[in-house]
Amino acid sequence: MKKNQILEKVIHGIFLFLGLITVDCVLMITVYLVISGIPAIFEIGPVDFLFGKEWASTAAEPKYGILPFILTSIYGTAGAIVIGVPIGFMTAIYLSKLASPKVKSAMQSAVSLLAGIPSVVYGLVGMLVLVPGIRKIFNVPDGASLLAAVIVLAIMILPSIIKMSITALDAVPKEYEDASLALGATPIETYFKVSVPAAKSGIAAAVVLGVGRAIGEAMAVMMVAGNVPNMPDSLFQSVRFLTTAVSSEMAYSSGLQQQALFSIALVLFLFIMLINAILNFFLKREKE
Amino acid sequence: MKKIITMTMVAALSIAMLTGCGNKKITGSVSTDGSTSMEKVIGALGEAFQNDSGINFTYNPTGSGSGIKAVQEGRCDIGLSSRDLKDEEKASGLKGTVLAYDGIAIIVNPENPVSDLSVETIAKIYTGEITNWSEIGGNDAEIVLIGREAGSGTRDGFESITDTEEVCKYRQELTSTGDVITTVAQNPGAIGYASVASVKDTVKAVAVDGVAPTEATIKDGSYVVQRPFVLVTKADSDLSEAAQKFFDYITSDDANEIISEAGVVSAN
Repeated sequence: MKKNQILEKVIHGIFLFLGLITVDCVLMITVYLVISGIPAIFEIGPVDFLFGKEWASTAAEPKYGILPFILTSIYGTAGAIVIGVPIGFMTAIYLSKLASPKVKSAMQSAVSLLAGIPSVVYGLVGMLVLVPGIRKIFNVPDGASLLAAVIVLAIMILPSIIKMSITALDAVPKEYEDASLALGATPIETYFKVSVPAAKSGIAAAVVLGVGRAIGEAMAVMMVAGNVPNMPDSLFQSVRFLTTAVSSEMAYSSGLQQQALFSIALVLFLFIMLINAILNFFLKREKE
Repeated sequence: MKKIITMTMVAALSIAMLTGCGNKKITGSVSTDGSTSMEKVIGALGEAFQNDSGINFTYNPTGSGSGIKAVQEGRCDIGLSSRDLKDEEKASGLKGTVLAYDGIAIIVNPENPVSDLSVETIAKIYTGEITNWSEIGGNDAEIVLIGREAGSGTRDGFESITDTEEVCKYRQELTSTGDVITTVAQNPGAIGYASVASVKDTVKAVAVDGVAPTEATIKDGSYVVQRPFVLVTKADSDLSEAAQKFFDYITSDDANEIISEAGVVSAN
């Protein structure tokens, strides 16, 4: 008996230790980012850094303004949401409520497959198909642009939106829908006026999850967005995101430039923390 | 019995090792410091040298200026510079030996009829003074400027040769030579630059001032979009034994193959 208890305790200890690895990683990354990101912000000046419109990190008189990156990340993510959410949302309603079991299982595996495609593949296809396509369709000199990045991101966030929305819609009690149908509402009326409102927290969480995925993506957008630190004034402009600002210059950077890249990463990290907080809020509300 | 055999073997091995050390072998290390553009070539040479001789090799990528200063102050054995030494640097007792030449090809889409540009025209294109191919004898299409990211050695080389530092109006800043070539291959209006060794058939390398970029024209200096990779040493004092061996090795014919594999033209 005693032996068993000791064994239990030991196993508890092992599980606790394994659990703490994750927590430690998060803490370490946070502390590291804050320590390495803060000095450059103050050296450059918080206002110049966050609201400066010019980024020229290797110039003789370097300028470290990251407003173009912040706006690009916000616009790019917003664009991806505007395109991706309606498509994902409608797909989820179809799969959860309307599709026959056979169609549902086939389409769901397609969605899962889409989620599993590495981002470099999205980038490559974007570079070879989407970028020349935009150049020809819109008759612009070059297709690498904010628009190309928005389209790639919209496709990349579809799986998370669809899967999460399906889970939320499937969880709506059957009695709600039955009651609505019994009162004479058509199935479509029922889905939009009863099921969707009942699942709205879950769907909102799906959108926030999509935002998180879009804002953190680096590889695919680096290959299609052109990477010039312009202010995002037009859809056809070559732009640089917060993520790509870090990854494209890190390899050769040194001194204040490198510190500034850590500061950009810190800003990105804060954005993602904010998004996670919002996500938790919605998920908690759904549970209640 | 077994123990005795083991002990004998250990003893025999130790003796073998001791005699091994007794052979005339140079020990020590070679330290290099300087140009980040030379990372690829010096890294490949250093690795081969280290495997061959067992001498420890280090490379500190700090930039040409810092590398030259490091030699002056005696902080490294050999400095690496991706530009010729200035007169005052030579006067301060430094000696430059050209290891290789890095040729940068100006590439356009194969559909583009333009096949010859002068350095001034290239500079005007990249600074946005010339924006349409029709101004320089091409089709009526806007010129799309493709470049590399800030900090890239190729960008640094291109901009310093064409004297366009910090004023290039890029449409795209890509992070690898391969991406530049792919992008130029796809866009009929694009122009880009890439290391000569990596240019493929999918793009057209234009002649500069009438000279096409080939190994021969780069070596004799007639193709001007190029820069030397220079080994910087002190003129008056000798290198350490290990450093001298490294120097002799990388300037010998044996190193040529490694140098050209790294994408540059050997000076020998």
